[in-house]
Amino acid sequence: MAKTAASGDDYESALAQSSTKVAEFEDTRTGFVHKFQHALHLNPSLVPLIVLLLSIALFGALLGSKFFSPFALTLILQQVQIVGIVAAAQSLVILTAGIDLSVGAIMVLSSVVMGQFTFRYGIPAPISIGAGLACGTACGFVNGFLVARMKLPPFIVTLGMWQIVLASNFLYSGNATIRAQDIAAEAPLLHLFGAKINIGGAVLTVGVLFMVGLVLLLSYVLRHTAWGRHVYAVGDDKDAAELSGVQTDRVLISVYMLSGLICAFAGWALIGRIGSVSPTSGQLANIESITAVVIGGISLFGGRGSILGTLFGALIVGVFTLGLRLLGADAQWTYLLIGILIIAAVAVDQWIRKVSV
Amino acid sequence: MEQQQPILQGKNLVKRYGRVTALDHCDFELYPGEILAVIGDNGAGKSTLIKAVSGAVVPDAGEVFLEGKRVNFSSPLDAREHGIETVYQQLAMSPALSIADNMFMGRELRKPGIMGKWLRQLDRPAMEAFAREKLNELGLMTIQNIRQAVETLSGGQRQGVAVARAAAFGSKVIILDEPTAALGVKESRRVLELINDVKSRGQPIVLISHNMPHVFEIADRIHIHRLGKRLCVIRPQDYSMNDAVAFMTGAKEPPQEALAA
Repeated sequence: MAKTAASGDDYESALAQSSTKVAEFEDTRTGFVHKFQHALHLNPSLVPLIVLLLSIALFGALLGSKFFSPFALTLILQQVQIVGIVAAAQSLVILTAGIDLSVGAIMVLSSVVMGQFTFRYGIPAPISIGAGLACGTACGFVNGFLVARMKLPPFIVTLGMWQIVLASNFLYSGNATIRAQDIAAEAPLLHLFGAKINIGGAVLTVGVLFMVGLVLLLSYVLRHTAWGRHVYAVGDDKDAAELSGVQTDRVLISVYMLSGLICAFAGWALIGRIGSVSPTSGQLANIESITAVVIGGISLFGGRGSILGTLFGALIVGVFTLGLRLLGADAQWTYLLIGILIIAAVAVDQWIRKVSV
Repeated sequence: MEQQQPILQGKNLVKRYGRVTALDHCDFELYPGEILAVIGDNGAGKSTLIKAVSGAVVPDAGEVFLEGKRVNFSSPLDAREHGIETVYQQLAMSPALSIADNMFMGRELRKPGIMGKWLRQLDRPAMEAFAREKLNELGLMTIQNIRQAVETLSGGQRQGVAVARAAAFGSKVIILDEPTAALGVKESRRVLELINDVKSRGQPIVLISHNMPHVFEIADRIHIHRLGKRLCVIRPQDYSMNDAVAFMTGAKEPPQEALAA
């Protein structure tokens, strides 16, 4: 035995002189395209940012001051605030390699709960709003529980919840709209997100500030806290995350609950935006939020992308919508261009990934 | 050594996946301060055995004892909290995250003061410095950037990171499931040196390997696994590698005194 071990050692004896320096290489691929690709790989939200700046420049050149004014540019922010907030919730879920089709329905149900609690039961507005936020979080919990504990596919769970929540919304509200005048007179707090702030021609609303603040906060949390890293790890490879000590079920449930809560805030912002509480509003929020997430460069397979990209994605859609309308083009051109953008975004995503292989 | 109490023990473990029996009333003992090698054919149930004692699978029947006390691990996190650190064959890394993020997954360091306590900010510089130090200890000098994503590492480098993670955090038992399978000569030697270092600190190690020279060089005892159960336990100085392979594949009946050991 000792003999075998000794002869086995021979080929390793040269190791004594091996180098102890950390490897350094001269990177000869210094071309612009390569550097660009590498930068994009490190900061995936750069792509939608560049597209956003280019599209603003394009429409600015075509339309001049009609588009390139503080008023028009902040109008875009107002128009995308609802989609932006919902897309932030959608981003969290998609980062865990899931999808949430119930975001729009949760948003509408939460706004209906806020309105009906105030006007049907005469509950003070702050408590009604709390109930609406709790309602959204509870819907998110059901989604998260079914996905994490029952191991059902997120697509199926949220497809079902979409119908359930939307139907509950119509049944509970009796299809009744609460008028804007009544809200303004009796419960102005429900209009909080619609409050306008004028800064020299630029018009910002509380909802816009909330959207930007929310995205910045989530961006910090995802990048710099343990919970944020766990969200990425779960989306990347759930089994590996579990083996390396992440409580994946807890992370998933918390993500869906947070998504529900954010959707409820979007419901509050929706009341501020449209003035009334309407059970038929916000039907396009699902598709629009997924569009913003995809154009923003977050991978539908989970674990990759940045929530800042989602904000840029929502803004790109807003810029195209307003720009084309000011140009007098048929609204269908907007959808056509957004369709092209979605496919282009995924193609760029694939190209960026080649850096790692 | 046999008079001592085992630090980690499995009794009568059974695990079935549908109709496939992976563990068939298997026993397992690890004594304090030793290196126990587990060898066996592919599909003999070695990995399932290790998963059963480290919480990654819950056995259908049987008991696990840590330091004489009955434990019920329902997840790897449970086992980790009890000081059992495992490197799995599939390595359990998140490819898109950085080396430092992976090493600290589930036990991240937070910044001191307000930033950490209230904003729960991670202490990246400390985590990166620690990760670099542990990789250097292992001689993984070819990793250029501690912030690079694990997916950009070669298979061997990934394995090195996983071993470094286990060695850095395992307090009672370290389990290595084929730690040198994908490593180069130099890295393999480093891993073996590291295993000896860890042993000299008094920590016991379970090593699963197909590499007979490595097993015979560093193991104190060798657990031979066959058809879902422990066939026998031998000491490397009493038998040759040929004998071990013969027992493992069923070419030769194990000696009676080894069965008792």
